[in-house]
Amino acid sequence: MSEKILDIKDLSIRYVTEEETVLAVNGISFSLDKGESIGLVGETGAGKTTTALGIMGLVPDPPGEITSGTIEFEGENLLEYPEKKMREIRGGKISMIFQDPMTSLNPVMPVGDQIREVVLLHNNVSKAEARSRAEEMLEQVGIPKERYDDYPHQFSGGMKQRVIIAIALACSPELLIADEPTTALDVTIQAQVLQLMKALRTQYQTSMILITHDLGVVAKICNKVAVVYAGQIIESGTLKDIYTNKQHPYTIGLFNSLPDIEHETSELKVIKGLVPDPSNLPKGCKFNPRCPYCTPECCENEVEMTALSDTHSVRCIHVGEFDREA
Amino acid sequence: MAEILRVEELTKYFNTKSGLLHAVDGVTFSVEEGKTLGIVGESGCGKSTLGRVILHLHERTSGKILFNGEDISEVNAQKLHALRKDMQIIFQDPYASLNPRMTVGNIIAEPLKNYKLTKSKEESEKKVREMMDIVGLADRTYNLYPHELDGGRRQRIGIARALILDPKLVVCDEPVSALDVSIQAQVLNLLMELQKDRGLTYLFITHNLSVVKHISDDITVMYLGQMVEKAESNEIFRHQYHPYTKALISAIPVPKYNAPDNQIILKGEITSPINVGKSCRFAARCPYAKENCFNTEPVLEEVTKDHFVKCHYVKEINGF
Ligand SMILES: Nc1ncnc2c1ncn2[C@@H]1O[C@H](COP(=O)(O)OP(=O)(O)OP(=O)(O)O)[C@@H](O)[C@H]1O
Ligand SMILES: Nc1ncnc2c1ncn2[C@@H]1O[C@H](COP(=O)(O)OP(=O)(O)OP(=O)(O)O)[C@@H](O)[C@H]1O
Ligand code: SF4
Ligand code: SF4
Ligand SMILES: [Mg+2]
Ligand SMILES: [Mg+2]
Repeated sequence: MSEKILDIKDLSIRYVTEEETVLAVNGISFSLDKGESIGLVGETGAGKTTTALGIMGLVPDPPGEITSGTIEFEGENLLEYPEKKMREIRGGKISMIFQDPMTSLNPVMPVGDQIREVVLLHNNVSKAEARSRAEEMLEQVGIPKERYDDYPHQFSGGMKQRVIIAIALACSPELLIADEPTTALDVTIQAQVLQLMKALRTQYQTSMILITHDLGVVAKICNKVAVVYAGQIIESGTLKDIYTNKQHPYTIGLFNSLPDIEHETSELKVIKGLVPDPSNLPKGCKFNPRCPYCTPECCENEVEMTALSDTHSVRCIHVGEFDREA
Repeated sequence: MAEILRVEELTKYFNTKSGLLHAVDGVTFSVEEGKTLGIVGESGCGKSTLGRVILHLHERTSGKILFNGEDISEVNAQKLHALRKDMQIIFQDPYASLNPRMTVGNIIAEPLKNYKLTKSKEESEKKVREMMDIVGLADRTYNLYPHELDGGRRQRIGIARALILDPKLVVCDEPVSALDVSIQAQVLNLLMELQKDRGLTYLFITHNLSVVKHISDDITVMYLGQMVEKAESNEIFRHQYHPYTKALISAIPVPKYNAPDNQIILKGEITSPINVGKSCRFAARCPYAKENCFNTEPVLEEVTKDHFVKCHYVKEINGF
């Protein structure tokens, strides 16, 4: 029997500034078993990072505030944890690879030492052992250990990102949240990093939340997928559900806009229009201004999730009524 | 077609604590006007450094850079100022490369000011608004600050700023890597349209192969500071002759359920770019390496028409 490690229910987070209120996350629910890996995909501003920050207890307040929901980790609601307890969890049981790697490294400390520090903090080892563990981690993410003493500014963008990954993996977390971890990496190094993450999953039953816009990466290491739009999950299911039986018009558009490596095309298909302004969301289905199948009913009431099977749910009132290939 | 850019044996070394770091090492290529040369390769292989050296954002260690037939390897400040008008760069990170305290309109207008290209404020404003329209930035964003816009729009500011001087050559350093797919597609389409309309030449640096395939005429693959394969874009996706390129193409994650995994996993130690010796730089990870590969450096040779590969055993490996 699988063991539930994370259970998020009806999470809502908003940012209140003088000029406007941004509804960044609007009732997100999903759960994760031990050893499972979920891919959160969706466009810029959909609320993916904010959801992750919510789990980490790092939503900046002000302007951010959590307005509803529970986040149960190993059976306890993290939202009720005092800051001191959260601090122990962060970088220990839950570790996060942040979206902006350039700002999370210390510019005046050699990169190798930054990994060693984490090893020392979370393991009972000597300084020398920690250093050799840090060197090993560097090599595992494809950086020769001779570069241990280099400073961040001497590294390329992708190399800095790999140092961040090494730091997050060095503490063997129970839950790893990775926010766009491989965007700056070429595919051979990416493959190496993904293998490392996969190994964590199989060896230590590490659970993962992978935030990415690369649907190829999701296909490689996730077993579940949630598509996020305007702060809501609009379709969720197993990898198979989403990749072979996608139903939401937005999910379909997202897959269609990928450049296809196997065919030669002159222009890429795009989803028309822009992501909605989260301080001024449309009434009814949040996707209605861009949806080719929109009808007047779509613009009236909030659209609820419909379960298509035990694993597959969609937030669309016309699901199954339109031709998905068109 | 006229050749617009040529680099010959271009080299950039950095001094580091552990020794000389060979970031770019003897790169030679040329690009014709109106075309796109895609530059791909492993993270840290020297792509950004190459682009920066061509634009004199870093000074080269040795080698030649020719622009429109003129040797610009060494230029004084005045000449550089003139050159920058014709050679622009779009940076990888739309977040870090824009001044947060300037409005969108002022950011785009800045190059016009630097080159005193407009006579009045009104004229400058008119040009900026035209440019904004061309790159698809709504007029109402003129007075906004970068942090008030999403990544896709910020990248459009970078594009508008690079294009407002009507340059001939644009180095695009990972211009869409930080964007999500649907916005990536919009920005790529825009870049291609602008190229058609204005006859722009692009040096397009990326690690994203599906993107590079889409936009490039020719593709160059780099490994540890050197060019290891070069061919026409579709050709290289049909036939990869260098062992590194083979591994690279095979590692593209396919957005399909249960996609067959025929990925070539590279093993072995990664060679450091510091104090490199006389060998094939890929030897330590190459599945085909022989003793000779560790002692002699292969040369880049034409194996089929216009298809160049730097590997001692390219013929054996590919059964020519
Ligand atoms: N500190 C903040 N103050 C005000 N608004 C914010 C803040 N952080 C995020 N937002 C807004 O909240 C919304 C959700 O942002 P979030 O960063 O969670 O999106 P995302 O899905 O991670 O996007 P991306 O793919 O661009 O990283 C956006 O509209 C964003 O502008
Ligand atoms: N200022 C510097 N000082 C020392 N070494 C540097 C400097 N800038 C770059 N390097 C080194 O030069 C090599 C090439 O770096 P470069 O940034 O050109 O790589 P890249 O191919 O653009 O990688 P990425 O895809 O990760 O951006 C790397 O080994 C890097 O560490
Ligand atoms: S509910 Fe209507 S507008 Fe929303 S996705 Fe479905 S068809 Fe489109
Ligand atoms: S020269 Fe040798 S090591 Fe280098 S790519 Fe060719 S076979 Fe591999
Ligand atoms: Mg984000
Ligand atoms: Mg770079």
